[in-house]
Amino acid sequence: MAISSAVDPSVLHERREQRLILMLLAPALLVVIGLLIVPLCWLAWQSFRQDGGFTLAHYARFVSDDVYWRTFLQTFRIAFVVTVATLLLAYPVAYVAASASHRMSILILAMVILPFWTSVLVRSYAWLILLQRRGLVNSALDGMGLIDQPLILVNNELGTVIATTHILLPFMVLPLYAAMQKIPADLMMAGSSLGGSPAHVFWRVFLPLSLPGVLAGTVLVFVLALGFYITPELLGGGRTYMVSMLVSRNIELYSEWGAASSISVVLLLCVFGIFRLASMIIPFERIMGAR
Amino acid sequence: MKPSKLILNGTVGLILLWLIIPVVIVMPMSFSSARFLSFPPPSWSTRWYEAYLASAAWMDATKVSLTLAVLSAVIATVLGTAAAYALNLSGSKLVRNLQVLLFLPVVVPIIITAVGVFVVYANVGLLATMTGLVLANVMLGLPYVVTSVLVGLRKFDPAQEMVSRSLGMNRLRTFFIVVLPQIRPSVISGLLFAFISALDETVVALFISGGENQTLTKRMFTALRDEIDPTIAAISTLLTATSFLVVMLVALSARNDNARVVADDDA
Repeated sequence: MAISSAVDPSVLHERREQRLILMLLAPALLVVIGLLIVPLCWLAWQSFRQDGGFTLAHYARFVSDDVYWRTFLQTFRIAFVVTVATLLLAYPVAYVAASASHRMSILILAMVILPFWTSVLVRSYAWLILLQRRGLVNSALDGMGLIDQPLILVNNELGTVIATTHILLPFMVLPLYAAMQKIPADLMMAGSSLGGSPAHVFWRVFLPLSLPGVLAGTVLVFVLALGFYITPELLGGGRTYMVSMLVSRNIELYSEWGAASSISVVLLLCVFGIFRLASMIIPFERIMGAR
Repeated sequence: MKPSKLILNGTVGLILLWLIIPVVIVMPMSFSSARFLSFPPPSWSTRWYEAYLASAAWMDATKVSLTLAVLSAVIATVLGTAAAYALNLSGSKLVRNLQVLLFLPVVVPIIITAVGVFVVYANVGLLATMTGLVLANVMLGLPYVVTSVLVGLRKFDPAQEMVSRSLGMNRLRTFFIVVLPQIRPSVISGLLFAFISALDETVVALFISGGENQTLTKRMFTALRDEIDPTIAAISTLLTATSFLVVMLVALSARNDNARVVADDDA
C-alpha cells in the first residue's frame, strides 16, 4: 500500500482504521442507544416531573409510602437468600466438575447448561406444577407418609425463592468453574506434599484462589435476582411483591409514569452501584464471561 | 473411594438431579390424558398436542415467535459480529467503554428495558408490530453474539489477516475468506443463542406485542395467570426440546472446530 501524499502515511492509516472501527460499531450501538439509553434518560427525566414542573414527590414516596420500602426490602431479602443458596449449591458442583475427568466434567457442565438455555417461563411453570397443592412434591411426601396435609409451597415467598434459586444456579456454577479450572493441580499437590492436610490445603490454597469466581457469580446472581419478574409474578401468588412488579403495576394498572420512573431509577442505581463496586476488584468483562 | 469423596459426589449428584428434574418433568406430563397434571399420568395421550395444533390462536402466536426469532437472530449476528470485530481491532480506552454499552441489555433489569422500549415504540408507532419486536430482540441478542464472537476472535491469529492483506486482498474479502471461516463456530454459537433468547423472551413481549403480533410466550404467560392449562405443558415441551437441540448444535459446532484444528496440526 504505497500512499504518496504529504501526510505521514501512518497517521493517515491510523485515522482510516479508527473510522472503520466506528463504522462497524455504529449499527449495534445505534440499536442499544435508541432502544435502551434514550428511554433510560427519559425515565430519569420523568422521575423528576409532575404536571409540567420539577418535583421530588416521586422520590419522597420512598420515605412516606410503606409499600415502596417494604417492596425494596423484600426484594433485597429474596435476592440475598437466593445468592447464598446458589453459592452453597454451586460451589461443590463446580469443584467436582473442575477436578473430575474430562468426560465427567463435560457431563456435569451439560447438566448445568441445558437448564440455563431453557426458557425462564417454562422453568417457572414447571415449578408451579411441582409445588402446587396437589403437585408432585406434595403427593410424593404424602405417599411416603411424611405429611398429613399438603404443604403450602407455592403462592408465597418460599416458592419464589426455590424457583429463582433453581433458575439462577447456572449463573453461579459457570463463573465458579471458570475460576477453579485455572487453579493448577500442582499447587494443591505442592500444598499437601509440604504436609498440609486435604482440608487445610483446601481452605488455605484452593478457596482463596477461587474467590474471583465467587465474586463474579455472586454479583451476577444478586443483580439478576433483584430484577426478577416472571418467576415472582407466577409463583408469588400476589403475596410476594418484588420491585419489578411494582414498576409493572404502576404502568399497567395506574399509568403512573412518575412513580414507575423513580422506582426504575432507584433499582438501576442499585444494580450499577453493585457492578461498580465489584469492578474495582475484578474487570466487568470477566463478570460477564467475555474473557 | 474415600468416604468424604463419596459424600461430596453424592451431594453433587443430588444437586444436579434437582437442577435437571424440573426441566424434564414437563415432558411426561404433557402426554397425560388428564386435565390435572398429576404424576405419573393416569394414562398417556397426545390430546394436548392436538389441542395446540388445532388452535388458530396458538398457531398464529407460534408463527410470530418463530419469525421474530429467526429475523432478530440473523440481524443480531450481523451487527454483533461487525461490532466484535471492531472491538477486537481497537485497543483504545474509549472503545473499551463502548463495549460496556453493548453489554447493557443483559445488565439492565428486563422490566425496565421493557418499559423503556414501550415508551419509545408508543412515540414512533412501533407497538404491536413485527418490526418493533424484531428490533427489540436484536438489542437483547447482541450481548450473546458479541461475547461469543469476541472469544472466537481472541483465539484467532491476527498475523494471518496481515499476511492476506499484504498479498493484496482488500479488507472485506480478507474478512470473508480468511477471518470468517476460522471464527465460524463462535458466530454460529452467537446466532443460535440469539435465536433462543428471542424465542424465549417474555417480559418485553408482554409490553410491546399484541393484536396480530402476539408472541407465544406472551400468550403462555397470560394463560398461566388464569389457570393451569395442560396445553401449555405441550408447548413447554416443544420449547424445551428446541433449547436442547440448539445447545447440542452449539456443542457440535465447537467440536467440529476442535477436530479441524487437530487435523490442521497433523497436516
